[in-house]
Amino acid sequence: MEQVRKDFPALHQTVNGRPLVYLDNAATAQKPEAVIEAIRSYYLNDNSNVHRGVHTLSQRATDAFEAARVKIAGFIGANSPREVIFTKGTTESINLVAYSFGGSLSAGDEILVSEMEHHSNIVPWQLACERTGAVLRVIPVLNEGELDWEAFLALLSKKTRLVAVTHVSNSLGTINPVREIISEAHQRGIPVLLDGAQALPHSTVNVSELDVDFYCFSSHKMFGPTGFGVLFGRERLLDAMPPYQGGGDMIEIVDFSGTTYNSLPHKFEAGTPHIAGAIGLAAALDYVNYVGFEFIENQEKDLLLYATQRLMSIDGVRIVGEAKQKAAVVSFLIGSSHPYDVGTILDKFGIAVRTGHHCTQPLMKRLGIPGTVRASFSFYNTRSEIDQLETAVRQAASMLQ
Amino acid sequence: MSQSDRIDQRAAVLLDEFAMFDDWVDRYQYVIDLGKELTAMDDAYRTDAFKIQGCQSQVWLQPCEEDGLVYFKADSDAQITKGLIAILLRILNHTPAREVAQSDLSFLDSLELKEHLSPTRKNGLDAMIRQIRLYAAAIEAKAIST
Ligand SMILES: Cc1ncc(COP(=O)(O)O)c(C=O)c1O
Repeated sequence: MEQVRKDFPALHQTVNGRPLVYLDNAATAQKPEAVIEAIRSYYLNDNSNVHRGVHTLSQRATDAFEAARVKIAGFIGANSPREVIFTKGTTESINLVAYSFGGSLSAGDEILVSEMEHHSNIVPWQLACERTGAVLRVIPVLNEGELDWEAFLALLSKKTRLVAVTHVSNSLGTINPVREIISEAHQRGIPVLLDGAQALPHSTVNVSELDVDFYCFSSHKMFGPTGFGVLFGRERLLDAMPPYQGGGDMIEIVDFSGTTYNSLPHKFEAGTPHIAGAIGLAAALDYVNYVGFEFIENQEKDLLLYATQRLMSIDGVRIVGEAKQKAAVVSFLIGSSHPYDVGTILDKFGIAVRTGHHCTQPLMKRLGIPGTVRASFSFYNTRSEIDQLETAVRQAASMLQ
Repeated sequence: MSQSDRIDQRAAVLLDEFAMFDDWVDRYQYVIDLGKELTAMDDAYRTDAFKIQGCQSQVWLQPCEEDGLVYFKADSDAQITKGLIAILLRILNHTPAREVAQSDLSFLDSLELKEHLSPTRKNGLDAMIRQIRLYAAAIEAKAIST
């Protein structure tokens, strides 16, 4: 454990005179030394533009960039690196699908999302619906924070063109039954997009085994750099989709009488890409493989149970989101105190948590609360940090009652 | 009383009070307690039009005027935020509009609540101060034109 923590330089600092307790991993994860070093080494030694030069540096940068794609494809179990599109992050991945796949929607078609979606899996679909006259339908969420399964089945119809749901809820930690969702949708010939932003950092994801059609995630939540992410798409679907943005790299031949497009994945990657981002994410995946998902899952399961237990032992604390299957995320409230007040006091203890609606306003509205205090764990967190969280929450409860 | 004396004197009293606390727990508890003493605002003003934008919690500010002096009533659903407004209003209420609009609030730096002073802080004092000044400037402009 101590060894793992040593790998993350940013964990070792004091905040407000206390050792930092970083429990905001769902917002962004800290970066291991290996990732920082890979990015540094790229800029120190290989920096050059990709795909365009015959010179040695450009070749090295292109090799490293495309090797990252192969590594990422392998990590998520894609059939081919052509199915791995580089983006700015989950948000852009979803926007790409909503724009490009969404362009084929007609009036009356339906897109199915859930009430627990991050705004980035709602707003792009609202825009697509505005452009095409398609209709956004919403799977309701039950009180414990699980999808209403009966309602989901009832919402699937001949008009449904895509089911777009989150794999893991960022606000509540709920792990959705994605295999069953995909199976039900596929039985009706409907493709499925999963927002994997909160899933990939916590457990093995294999897109081929899942048989999912689109899978989106962000590098920065996965111990890699910000500004980089991935859209996995089934090759057949990506091939049929028009380009998302136009520019360099995504073309085959440009002529004023008509332009032809590059093949996958470059068709969807206009402009100079985030080369260091790809290299950084590849290093992050190597690091995660080195730590191993067995360790990660065990550690996080323990932290989730322990944190839930410690927080529930405090008078007035209520856990928000009690799904049977949860990732290492604990949202809670103290009595009727505003999450902002609690977060402010926790910060004085050097504890970083997130407060507010977590970009899931419809979910907060459904639950009838202005927001929550969210502690989200990573494998580098410890029970002792949860003890410090408990102490701080007790202090907040006594000050705010 | 001359212009800024009024504000400066009130600020000095407040600073003395805060000087009694030697740790942040007591300081924050005092902020929270000040919030509890805030004069209730009229329900008619608890609307979006009187909400301060860009705060994580809800903050409403009701401008009032009496005998040429401005004062404010306010409320928030977050207790620390409410306490911060209470501090501002203790200094600025019942003051000529022009003094409020031009007030020097640098004393806030000494309250050791500096984490609330950053303009990027949602719920920060910054947004509240800006709104208070805007109201004061509008009241002053109206007074001049009538
Ligand atoms: C479930 C979920 N979806 C999407 C996003 C958006 O990710 P990004 O801001 O990296 O594009 C987040 C991150 O906040 C998230 O938690």
